[in-house]
Amino acid sequence: MSSAKNININLKIWRQKNAKAKGSMETYKLNNVSTASSFLEMLDQLNEQLINEKKEPVAFDHDCREGICGMCSLYINGRAHGPDTGTTTCQLHMRKFNDGDTIFIEPWRSKAFPVVKDLVVDRSAFDRIQQAGGFVSVNTSGRTIDANAIPIPKEDADKAFMAAACIGCGACVASCKNGSAMLFVGAKVSQYALLPQGKVEATQRVLNMVRQMDEEGFGNCTNTGACEVECPKGISLENIARMNREYLKASLK
Amino acid sequence: MKLDSKIPEGHISKKWTDYKDHLKLVAPNNRPKIDIIVVGTGLAGASAAASLGEMGYNVKAFCYQDSPRRAHSIAAQGGINAAKNYQNDGDSVFRLFYDTIKGGDYRAREANVHRLAEVSSNIIDQCVAQGVPFAREYGGLLDNRSFGGTQVQRTFYAAGQTGQQLLLGAYSALSRQIGLGRVKMFNRHEMLDLVKVDGKARGIIARNLITGELERHSAHAVIIATGGYGNVYFLSTNAMGSNVTAGWKIHKQGALFANPCFVQIHPTCIPVHGTNQAKLTLMSESLRNSGRIWVPKKKEDAAAIREGKLKPTQIAEEDRDYYLERKYPSFGNLAPRDISSRAAKEVCDAGHGIESNDTNEGVYLDFSSEIQNKGKQSAYAKGNHNPTQEEITKLGKQWLEEKYGNLFAMYQKITDENPYETPMKIYPAVHYTMGGVWVDYNLQSTIPGCFVAGEANFSDHGANRLGASALMQGLADGYFVLPYTVSNYLADEIRTGKISTETQEFIDAENNVKNTIDRFLNNNGTKSVDHFHKRLGLIMWNKVGMGRNEAGLKQAIEEIAALKEEFYKEVRVPGSSDELNPELEKALRVADFIDLGQLMAMDALQRKESCGGHFREEYQDAEGETLRDDENFSFVSAWQYNGNDITKEELHKEELKYEFIKIAARNYK
Amino acid sequence: MAKSALLKSSLAKKYWMALTGLFLCLFLAGHLAGNLQLLVPNNALNFNKYALFMTSNPAVKLLSYLTYISILFHAIDGFLLTYQNIKARPIGYAKSNPSANSSFSSRNMAVLGTLILVFIVTHMVNFWAKMHFDKNMPLQTITIEVMGQKQDLYLTTNEGYMPVSQVAKSYEEATKSGAQMYIENRTEFFNTQAKVKMGEGYKDLYKLTIDFFKSKGKLFNVIPNEGLVFTILYVLSMAVLGFHLLHGFQSAFQSIGLNNSSWTPKIKLFGKLFAIVVPILFAIIPVYIHFFLK
Repeated sequence: MSSAKNININLKIWRQKNAKAKGSMETYKLNNVSTASSFLEMLDQLNEQLINEKKEPVAFDHDCREGICGMCSLYINGRAHGPDTGTTTCQLHMRKFNDGDTIFIEPWRSKAFPVVKDLVVDRSAFDRIQQAGGFVSVNTSGRTIDANAIPIPKEDADKAFMAAACIGCGACVASCKNGSAMLFVGAKVSQYALLPQGKVEATQRVLNMVRQMDEEGFGNCTNTGACEVECPKGISLENIARMNREYLKASLK
Repeated sequence: MKLDSKIPEGHISKKWTDYKDHLKLVAPNNRPKIDIIVVGTGLAGASAAASLGEMGYNVKAFCYQDSPRRAHSIAAQGGINAAKNYQNDGDSVFRLFYDTIKGGDYRAREANVHRLAEVSSNIIDQCVAQGVPFAREYGGLLDNRSFGGTQVQRTFYAAGQTGQQLLLGAYSALSRQIGLGRVKMFNRHEMLDLVKVDGKARGIIARNLITGELERHSAHAVIIATGGYGNVYFLSTNAMGSNVTAGWKIHKQGALFANPCFVQIHPTCIPVHGTNQAKLTLMSESLRNSGRIWVPKKKEDAAAIREGKLKPTQIAEEDRDYYLERKYPSFGNLAPRDISSRAAKEVCDAGHGIESNDTNEGVYLDFSSEIQNKGKQSAYAKGNHNPTQEEITKLGKQWLEEKYGNLFAMYQKITDENPYETPMKIYPAVHYTMGGVWVDYNLQSTIPGCFVAGEANFSDHGANRLGASALMQGLADGYFVLPYTVSNYLADEIRTGKISTETQEFIDAENNVKNTIDRFLNNNGTKSVDHFHKRLGLIMWNKVGMGRNEAGLKQAIEEIAALKEEFYKEVRVPGSSDELNPELEKALRVADFIDLGQLMAMDALQRKESCGGHFREEYQDAEGETLRDDENFSFVSAWQYNGNDITKEELHKEELKYEFIKIAARNYK
Repeated sequence: MAKSALLKSSLAKKYWMALTGLFLCLFLAGHLAGNLQLLVPNNALNFNKYALFMTSNPAVKLLSYLTYISILFHAIDGFLLTYQNIKARPIGYAKSNPSANSSFSSRNMAVLGTLILVFIVTHMVNFWAKMHFDKNMPLQTITIEVMGQKQDLYLTTNEGYMPVSQVAKSYEEATKSGAQMYIENRTEFFNTQAKVKMGEGYKDLYKLTIDFFKSKGKLFNVIPNEGLVFTILYVLSMAVLGFHLLHGFQSAFQSIGLNNSSWTPKIKLFGKLFAIVVPILFAIIPVYIHFFLK
């Protein structure tokens, strides 16, 4: 923090009044941004400036600002969640930028994620995919078997956890040149495929989730691996392969 | 108003079972005729909505985020407690019950806490059945760790993302019901008022945050599960959107608000870096297992560090004050949260703070001793009995990285400092609110048909919450309490039929909301919402924060009143009501925070004792520890709304009776 | 459900892409093995024998039909994939930095694939079509010296010879010129009077290939030394193929779900070697022919 300094930056931000309006890139100048600020605090600062100038502030999604809720998005200088890897936009800091930089800020671009306003997109397609099969059908009676009744190999449990660490932010879709959601779906399918609790419904789950994914209008995976690189939680491509396997198995049944 | 907590008779261990056995039921064929609204989709809300949907009720669930999966339960790191005794270290339902009551400094309701401990074990079974990937041992069984304030290992966890995994579990159960059509989900909707008909909760007015449309939703029961109100301090570890609006609206409609002054301030957060900061980040409490907390003994040294003239590593050992080890030798750096936080404030107030920000608030969490200790141990373990200093340091750092690598990386990302080389800077931050809407044993507020669950209610944590208990409470309420108690209430509603939203009550409620919104949009003030929120936060932090005194609290009450007036005059809310308008959302939330802030100060003022997170400087013992007054303050303060002037709120008291636990001083020395 | 999923879903498209792609990799390996015979000196006969085998053996024929289908399917499926993917992002980014997260070849499979398709078409026009349909497809001959006089002879598949001077291109020609033999069905030698098949020649794919890459003719009557142009284009096409394979080979395994920590590094390494070695070996052949073959 002692190393923090103030920088002046230029911003090129996508502005779009609402879902139906035509948007465009607008340019803003923002001075005295502390390099200790997070990227979203920089946007807060811009909005404060816009409000004081009696202009409309920029709408962007954000909530926990701890890198876990998955609400923040933003395509920054051509990359999902900006130049830092393994980071959500809310954990990206302005020290990654230099005085005088021009920073492009755009919403996720995907047919399945329509822009709602400015930088805010609608990611409910992910919810619908989850609703199509991303669960174990167990009622909440509290009368299930004891949690330790089925031992699960640590390796499987760990892998399931790594897949379940997905925060559903959509960076995979945004950075995939095809706008494919397979890392997201693969991670969910994998979490359950790796656990005995999820095996019972495995066939229907993968078929239903993939069908919903296709209906939402996501693109197809061509294994470029961009999603894995840009995923703030480091979800592995192995999960897509596992989904491919599960789907093949399910289709041949 | 007489407060009836509806605590059942009988022995504490039998109360819930007996009570549950005699609750009224709604037959399966009648359930589809009944509508239930659930506001909030965190652990409590999502689990309640999923369970009630499963049972066959028509559930409408609301959240302000773009997906129910984003509720702030997701950010909980540490774990969830359950009295499973898998580690065979003598844990039991009673011990969990006892630890929670003691941790809460004897200000929680016995019967509720015992029920919580009873169902804790079911929660783990349920979550595992849902496919929540808890950490496991090599034998394939569940792993546990220990947490502050307990002597057993009862905490289940999933790396540092337990909240996330539990929430996604509840979200998956909720998603299943949405997919089946049993729950209708309203994302990006914010509840802006409760609608009462004939005294009963009958619906809500919600704003579609995308279109700005005000919607009327009716139901036979309304469940509020909207979390805590830590954001009243502006800076907290809460999510940016976390707010008290739903809780406050029902308070204005007649629900009492309990113990608002009980706020938990977490000792290990990354300090404030500047005035543009919007949010504080927690560093897991587990770091205190390995780090030693200190400040420079000499004020000159502290000042030199702030000015960048000295580095912490240049301060000699004898010039460091390891104040927690000094004051609490038996617990040392692992003293409970409220105590550690207060101690940090004390040393910073005395001029020893090391952070170069406006307030100088920051202390060191130093891992250098641990690096040496563990380095030596690792070397010995590898058969190297004469390790060089270099080898020790290297091995020590490796040990730290294995244990805390991700936390260290996060710290470095945020602060740009390398915690392996230089001590972390930390400072307490607002984290959790024990207070909330007053509820009875059924989790029903004083408004019939309006239930409150999770952090939004006050019921289980008294004056201080133990680590890993918030997740437990959220899921207990949603999965295992509300389905029974709500059904009991609804048993009398099977003949009610569909509730119309065209009644005068709904029309009036909608108009009220509309007027409030229009008022803000047409206010044409000069200052942003955040401007006021930050000022409110400063008042709250300085006067209703870690240390409180009569004069400060009185000042706070007045300052907030003045701020409220200025806010309504000067706030500027751009944009219109028929669009996505985050500034408008903030304005509506901050309006409620201002009211609540005042009530918190009033509550803190009336509670002339120190307990848990509530520290009144006037009430401390000779060593500066909290001094509880069980004679006069063993009650839940429950406030009744009495018009726009918050200082007119009326205080009700629910006496706390401890039949099964012997009250004792809370000693961690 | 399951069956229609295998035909229509996006994952099914990936499977087909992967399976046809891997089959085409096998084909490449086979094709390369054949082509490498061109590098062996004085190997025309063996090469042409091999060419005959490849066009007549029933098992090989079956494989070749599979290859045609694979190419078609791979191309059509690839087109559908690309179409779906373009549709999935109607508005692009103003600024994009894809090289930060993915390789050039992985992002350009469609373009690379299209170029390869163009290559395959021209390649087939130049060689395959001539081999299969061209009436003027040359038959292999050898030149011998008999008493100081050079004489050209057709080689026949039953190890015999047929003097070129006595063989007319068709029956009509033979009747006019009085040649003893004529060619029927492009390769068969018939006795003009008896109209009886006397033997069969080898299509001279070897000569066709050598002539193609050594041609001094003008391409489109404009560009001189077309053999050099063909050689350069061939080499460039092989570079394109290399990039396509660089991503495609290992990608196919991922698509059919074969990805784990122990296999994948090996598959990736093999894929890289395959993507580099196979196109280079292919490309060496025309370079050798054009520049070095006498």
